[in-house]
Amino acid sequence: MMSQKIKIMIVIAALVAVALVVPQSGSFVVLLVTRALAFAILAMSVDLLLGYTGMSSMGQAAYFGVGAYLTAVLATKFHIGMGWDFWLVVVMGILIGAALAALFGLFAIRAGGVYFLMITLALGQCVWGLAYRWNSLTGGDNGINMTGRPSFGLDLSNDVTFFYLVFAFFSLSMLALYVLVRSPFGKSLAGIRERELRMQILGYNTWLHKYIAFIIAGGFGGLAGVLWAHTNGHVSPETVVLTTSVDALLMVVLGGAGTLVGAAIGAAIVFGLREFLSTLVPWWQYALGAVYVMTILYLPMGLMGIPKRWRQRNQGKGGETKTLASKPS
Amino acid sequence: MNTQFWVVQAFNGISYGALLFLIGSGLSLIFGVMRIVNLSHGAYFLWGGYIALSVIHFLTPYTSYAWAISLPVAALGVAAIGIAMERLFLRSEGLAFLRNGVLALGLGVLISLAIARGTSFGWPQFIICAALATLACFAVLRRIAIVPIDTDVLRQVLLTVGFAFLFQQAALDIWGGNNMDINPPPAFTQSIVVGGVYLPLYRVFMIGMAVVIGIALWLVMEKTRMGAAVRATVDDAQMARGVGIDTNKVSMFIFALGAFLAALGGVIGGAFLGIYPGLDFEMLPLAFAVVIIGGMGSLGGAAIGALAVGLADNFGKALFPEISYFTLYAPMVLILAIKPTGLFGRE
Repeated sequence: MMSQKIKIMIVIAALVAVALVVPQSGSFVVLLVTRALAFAILAMSVDLLLGYTGMSSMGQAAYFGVGAYLTAVLATKFHIGMGWDFWLVVVMGILIGAALAALFGLFAIRAGGVYFLMITLALGQCVWGLAYRWNSLTGGDNGINMTGRPSFGLDLSNDVTFFYLVFAFFSLSMLALYVLVRSPFGKSLAGIRERELRMQILGYNTWLHKYIAFIIAGGFGGLAGVLWAHTNGHVSPETVVLTTSVDALLMVVLGGAGTLVGAAIGAAIVFGLREFLSTLVPWWQYALGAVYVMTILYLPMGLMGIPKRWRQRNQGKGGETKTLASKPS
Repeated sequence: MNTQFWVVQAFNGISYGALLFLIGSGLSLIFGVMRIVNLSHGAYFLWGGYIALSVIHFLTPYTSYAWAISLPVAALGVAAIGIAMERLFLRSEGLAFLRNGVLALGLGVLISLAIARGTSFGWPQFIICAALATLACFAVLRRIAIVPIDTDVLRQVLLTVGFAFLFQQAALDIWGGNNMDINPPPAFTQSIVVGGVYLPLYRVFMIGMAVVIGIALWLVMEKTRMGAAVRATVDDAQMARGVGIDTNKVSMFIFALGAFLAALGGVIGGAFLGIYPGLDFEMLPLAFAVVIIGGMGSLGGAAIGALAVGLADNFGKALFPEISYFTLYAPMVLILAIKPTGLFGRE
């Protein structure tokens, strides 16, 4: 077991390496990493729910989507958010994500297990349906094309500058979530994940804890959406489609649920398959499917769980691998 | 908007509901019996349509019944795929050798595809490379124990999504990316006139088909020994095992039946939806809506849910086009929020 300090040092070193190396690469790589970082914020928000609270949300793309659509609609219809007011849009994006989660949470948190999964799926589809059909606002199937990125002293239309901005948001999100999950609040979330009934008996209002976690995750989803809209310059119903939510879940499970770093690593891998491998080979989706299948069958604790599984195996305790949802509910 | 509008829209909604019943009832039974949320159900629908297209293509020169033959062939073919998937990956007791073999073969081919890029591999080199990679993967996989899926919903979802992606890409590679149509026999392309309203005969046929299948399913579930075993497994799988019901066999039967029905839906629906890449993930949420509204594991619920979704979808699109999908999924949320098990679901 490495001490916590060493782990933090490794993460910081990795982040510094990314910040130094990526801008030296070609513009394609810079843009790819920027998009992956925006998506990683979404994955970390899913991890807060799945890994730390034990709620598998199948509708996280909804908050991502409203953040992205808010940015695109404000920029194209009202010319808001292309100058200093970009920061205003960031705040609005976080708020709208959180507000939507606050609304959806009222419906979803009541249910547990498979019903939570189903209801978040339905909620996500509600948002997708609006994005797909509400032509006058969202541009329907074609989506919205944005022209350029904001500029306020910093010219974000420069890909490298924009990369640094998204990188900063990513690092800050990771820090904020890290502080959150280490806080007493985060500990009680973990308690709910392990045994909700016991937490209730101890006098915790578990509904409220889950509700607040849901809202916070929605806020981060909204933030990711705002950044995503500007990385792409294009927002379409594809952003809010069911597979986006499922991808985000896979990223968390692949990296290792309950580790923020794992979510980021998972995001890098899945995103790399979807956006990078697809430019190289026509059979990339087989690789994506294989990653899904192999992760679920062989790596239920994700990449970050490999050392632990290896130890268990060597101690001859194989077979008794604990996974997230295998707890009694 | 006169009466005719309402009649035509209601008729269209009901016939669409008939199609949704085919795909939704299988999903519902699979969940009820196996507690498995199967996200590759949309892929079964799509594959049903594609297989039927191939059958029709091959048989048309020889017989004028090609379409009628394609229905059972496609449905049985997809049912076989469903059984293979269920035996090898969803219920992972035994068959480890075969499962490792299938996975190793898949990985081996992927690895050699990656190696073959950039090198001038011919078929012989490629096959040798794939065989070596497969053996290597097999040797590794054999030493790693898989972690059974069991009742872990999230992992079921992700595993079946993975398969849905694999099926999607395979369909794209086999049948191409064009939008194709299944042409039913000319007899079905006419319309019948009822009270001054033209009703396409094909949609009447769809409704009839769904009713026949619904009644057949009901009879099997209520009147046969197998049906009783299925109902017992839905209610309490552990208890059912206790009284000597082979729930393992029941699961296999139900999974095959679900895949069979979805594929049948694909063939029948292919005539007016068309068959195209992406149809699988379009139908999947609708099938879930059917299951959720009706309640998972309930056949009658699936029928009501399918009607409700079919009508909501049609009237939503006709009356409020801008929020039509919202009018479909929002009631689903409300039902779930009020009664999480759906209208007819059991705890």
